Amino acid sequence: MAIITMREAISQAIWEEMERDEKVFIMGEEVGVWGGTYAVTKGFLDHFGEERVRDTPIAESAIVGSAIGAALNGLRPIAELMTINFAFVAMDQIVNQAAKLHYMFGGQMVLPLVIRAPSGGGRQLGATHSQTPDVIFAHFPGLKVVAPGTPADAKGLLKSAIRSDDPILFIENATLYQMRGEVPEGEYTIPIGKSTVQRVGKDVTIVTYSKMVKYCLDAAEQLAKDGIEVEIVDLRSLRPLDMGPVITSFKKTNRAVIVEESWLSYGIGAEVSTRIYEEAFDYVDTPIQRVAQKEVPLPYNRHLEQLALPQIADIIQAVKEVLR
Amino acid sequence: MANIVEMPKLGFDMAEGTLSTWVKKEGDTIQKGEILADIETDKATIQVESSFSGTILKELIEVNTTVPVGTPIAVIGEQGEEYDLNTPDKIKTTEDREKEKEINPEPVVSIAKEETNRKQQGSLKASPLAKAIASENGVDLSSITGSGPGGRIVKRDIEKHLASVEAQPGETTSPTVKIQAGEETLQPLSKLRKTIGARMQQSKQTIPHFYVTYSYDVEILLKMRAEINQGRPKEEHISINDFLVKAVAMTLRQFPKLNASLDGTALTLHGDIHIGNAVAVKEGLLTVVCRNADQKSLLQISDEMRAMVKRVKNGKVNPQDIEGSTFTISNLGMYGVEEFSAIINPPETAILAVSSAMQVPVVADGVVKPGMRMKATLSADHRASDGAEAALFMKELATYLEQPWRMW
Repeated sequence: MAIITMREAISQAIWEEMERDEKVFIMGEEVGVWGGTYAVTKGFLDHFGEERVRDTPIAESAIVGSAIGAALNGLRPIAELMTINFAFVAMDQIVNQAAKLHYMFGGQMVLPLVIRAPSGGGRQLGATHSQTPDVIFAHFPGLKVVAPGTPADAKGLLKSAIRSDDPILFIENATLYQMRGEVPEGEYTIPIGKSTVQRVGKDVTIVTYSKMVKYCLDAAEQLAKDGIEVEIVDLRSLRPLDMGPVITSFKKTNRAVIVEESWLSYGIGAEVSTRIYEEAFDYVDTPIQRVAQKEVPLPYNRHLEQLALPQIADIIQAVKEVLR
Repeated sequence: MANIVEMPKLGFDMAEGTLSTWVKKEGDTIQKGEILADIETDKATIQVESSFSGTILKELIEVNTTVPVGTPIAVIGEQGEEYDLNTPDKIKTTEDREKEKEINPEPVVSIAKEETNRKQQGSLKASPLAKAIASENGVDLSSITGSGPGGRIVKRDIEKHLASVEAQPGETTSPTVKIQAGEETLQPLSKLRKTIGARMQQSKQTIPHFYVTYSYDVEILLKMRAEINQGRPKEEHISINDFLVKAVAMTLRQFPKLNASLDGTALTLHGDIHIGNAVAVKEGLLTVVCRNADQKSLLQISDEMRAMVKRVKNGKVNPQDIEGSTFTISNLGMYGVEEFSAIINPPETAILAVSSAMQVPVVADGVVKPGMRMKATLSADHRASDGAEAALFMKELATYLEQPWRMW
């Protein structure tokens, strides 16, 4: 298997799908001449041309809106938003149009649309550009929300997203572009809506996704030195939410920690822990712990920013808490 | 408006109850559903929940007083409230009581475990998993000390407890008293022992028993049982007793006089067949009742019996587990018993004593061959039935026990 970065994995997925299907095209701020804010589409303009690699004005509502129009008319657009924080500008297009048109018109049309957007904090971009609002989008039925935590998953899931006839928000964590990981050689896809076990253990179940997968894997390494075997379930998609592997794991360990980068209130931790209580109440041996961001707009100061974001030490502490 | 609490009827044949403990005292406040008192019936100690919320204005009977069902025992109302025991609107109709019964779940029965009862009155902290494992294994949570945060009982506590119980096998099931030579110990009879004694004495002295013994060929039954159990988890194995319950119940359908109650002047023939099964408990025995057994499948009987026996052994049964039998089976088959007879459990008219299935020499076609035989003895009340009918019953029972497929 090749070891490549998340950036390369995402880039390969788009490239391969654009080669595979000429209806696939990409549009967004700086995707063309500049090669993408995070250099995901470097070289695309020269290879695929201006028709299929389209630079847009700084107007997120227009980017998503015109992508929706293209999708309704038979194309398969990939709309890139510079950050998920700008998706708020396009909120109406995303949740009121993309997520609902198929349903409101009796399924007469499909929306093969992928919106790509980097999420997450930790890079000193200030409170308005450092949010992880993934769960907000997962609230709306009609929109699928995918958020991989490894290069291999990113490539396989993005290829599935591009081939899907449903509108999908594909969330890339901005701090993960440089992350390296093994990616299978050749053609492969990973089905959307399937959680996966990233590490096998017997003592505690950690449920997480995206950037926090790596944090949890590191925490698990440290915990293993104390003889604590953590099992890590990576949700990979927030809608649909696949609880199967979570419940299976929880029935084995009877203890869980839910880890997410965003704020605690109304978060993934609330949803997942409630579902565990609903589906596996008789297997609960101790209250489920949640690890999340402190409830403040994220500070700009580097030290304060790191204090506010969930850290490996927080995960270790939570695991030890459920084992008390 | 003050409410009168009456001595509850906790079983179909309960006529009176003894107040053994006032869990709440006069002046205490009580919430609906909280335990008000422990009441001893002739079978068990039962915790009685309050149907009302308020202050306990008056406890009308002393501890250790026995009163008939329906007698007012306490008054619950607002503090300082005046009440009159004769006020008509406090006297509840049967309909009201039925309604209350629907609203309030049946109390949990606890047998000869008063100390445990007292412990359980406080709220007990245990994780859902710990509770689930405890209930599966019939573990009394109040006997366990929690090691989780705040003293919560968690999985590891139950596992530790189970491991320690396994280390001393049979303690819960075989109440053998060890005694030194030359030693004499005075052991007062427990309430359950006294009740069994009184009932059995009354039965043996007043009921003209007669006995009919039959030897059943159970070769096919045992083979069938082995085949059914093949591949089933061990804890879900069908027992010989499950076959017996089904076979006896189906046979009784044709012998109503043996599925009857006798009150001295009249015989009540029961259309429903509820098979009681004597189960040994620490202080004596109880009968767990498989209701409408003739209409249930073998697997259903097996599941129900297993659950009830577990509850009984754990000292916690629902009143309906031990009430309402119309015929009783006493099975000592697991002890290698060759033959015995049982005393009728009044007001029933018959009881079947079942011994062990044994390999014995059998003469067939003039040749001695090994065969499997199981003896059973029916004790019947001569006032209700006669030898010929009892013999026919035993013979008819043979068609099911010897050709068990007829039960399907």
